Amino acid sequence: MELLPNVTMNHYLLVSVILFVIGVAGILFRRNAIIMFMCVELMLNAVNITLVAFSKVWGQSDAQVFVFFIMVVAAAEVAVGLAILMMLYRNMHTTSTDVLDKLKW
Amino acid sequence: MKELVITSLLGIGVLAFDILKLRKFILPLIVVGLLAVVGASIVDWGMNENLFGKNMIIMDNYALGFTSILCLLTLAWILTSTDYFTNEISRTDLYALVLFALCGGYVMCSYTNLVMLFIGIEILSIPMYVLAASNKRDMLSNEAGFKYFFLGALASSILLFGIALVYGATGSFQLDAIKNVLATAGSGTIMTAGILMIFTGFAFKVGIAPFHMWTPDVYQGAPTVITGLMSTMVKGAAFAAFFRLYYLGFTPTLEFTASIFAVLAGLSLIVANVMATIQVNAKRLLAYSSISHAGFMLAAVMTADSMNPRMLMYYVLVYGIASLTSFNVLYHVSKFQNGAEGFDAFKGLVKRNPVMAGAMTLSLLSMAGIPPLAGFMAKYFVISHILERGYTWLVIIMVLTSAVAVYYYLRIIVSMLTPIENAGRIVSTDSNRIGLLVLSIAMVAMFFLAAFV
Repeated sequence: MELLPNVTMNHYLLVSVILFVIGVAGILFRRNAIIMFMCVELMLNAVNITLVAFSKVWGQSDAQVFVFFIMVVAAAEVAVGLAILMMLYRNMHTTSTDVLDKLKW
Repeated sequence: MKELVITSLLGIGVLAFDILKLRKFILPLIVVGLLAVVGASIVDWGMNENLFGKNMIIMDNYALGFTSILCLLTLAWILTSTDYFTNEISRTDLYALVLFALCGGYVMCSYTNLVMLFIGIEILSIPMYVLAASNKRDMLSNEAGFKYFFLGALASSILLFGIALVYGATGSFQLDAIKNVLATAGSGTIMTAGILMIFTGFAFKVGIAPFHMWTPDVYQGAPTVITGLMSTMVKGAAFAAFFRLYYLGFTPTLEFTASIFAVLAGLSLIVANVMATIQVNAKRLLAYSSISHAGFMLAAVMTADSMNPRMLMYYVLVYGIASLTSFNVLYHVSKFQNGAEGFDAFKGLVKRNPVMAGAMTLSLLSMAGIPPLAGFMAKYFVISHILERGYTWLVIIMVLTSAVAVYYYLRIIVSMLTPIENAGRIVSTDSNRIGLLVLSIAMVAMFFLAAFV
């Protein structure tokens, strides 16, 4: 963090918490499946920022290695999630989640 | 190590056999392979193998016990539901996905590092999203897959953020290092937030109230055979991971968080049993029953510092057998009634297929906890242990809600005994008949074997 002397760990944490909350709120409140999909990625990337910042604080590289694992997992999730989304679009001809109301209580 | 290698090679082998047009050897291959995994865990017993010496995965007795339980449950699941996989191509795909998910289950019960915990959960979850949505033209299956995917991804992310915060507070992903920090330095703000987020993520994954809303939807929408796997293997693996986390890592936090655990366990029991009584769909009823069992298993996790892990293993195995049997019978019953899943579908089952009716009765009574069936001993272990720890109010809720549970389980049993006219027989395969008989015998035998737990 030598390049930015005034930026402390708390700033990194704040940014990642804000990103994470945007992601959670998007999943809970948005009705468009593709936006919800982007919110999943946003949450995972918020975690990546935290991990890299903490890795710098502790002077260890294991959290940075973990970030690569998270990226791989995120890619795998995208593959499966997009396939589910495609299937849904073929059956319902929409990406809105309002049509998914058959299962309740 | 051997267990993981055999199962992942088995998954690849299934796909290779499909390419090489050896499809009729796939089932024997899986049976031999999974039995070899159980054999390997017996050979490894007590060796505490540390994979590559990196302290990421340690195959201790806890891990090996759960590995064999998950493996046997999957084997029983495959053998009793062979007639679901009629389509040659989908059979190969689904078998391979189940085997890869099983590998994730092994990682989840043997990790000693939070990185491995996350990877294990994802290896297990991603194939399950596909399996839940595997009935492509069925709207309910689509909806189930969609909800499972998004809530699963949400839960994983919350858990992951928790892991990042715990790392920030302790500087390590290792469970023993985290335990040391917690025991000596206590927990600061970041640590507390991290632990609560990990707990929330797990609560989503295992389906505890108030994070259970996806469970009935997904269990009802997914193909019945897949639901059977979700409520046995996946639930067992998730609780194995949950218990291991508090058994090896977060043990010092239990004295502060046990009250949260107890409240959520009580809430799950009440919500699940009340909601189950008003259901008209048997599949959804069984989903709520699985939430109430999650409440029992959460009570076991709550006392992870003093409880013998073998009691949780026993609970997972006993509940797994009962749940597997009930979902399997439900699948066959609804298949011969054009997909009906109400209580009426069970009418006259005693005449139509006595083996299924007997197995279903035993499994429901076992889940209700009536002696001499294994479910009684499983509940007895949990209740007697938390009574020792002084949670009398939780025990009262457990006993009262178990009484409610008997009511809705009996509704299905009464329906099976109600005669109907011109009922056709429900035909099943030989392996299904033998499998259900073995599972029924196991439900009774496990009651008497409980003395060895």
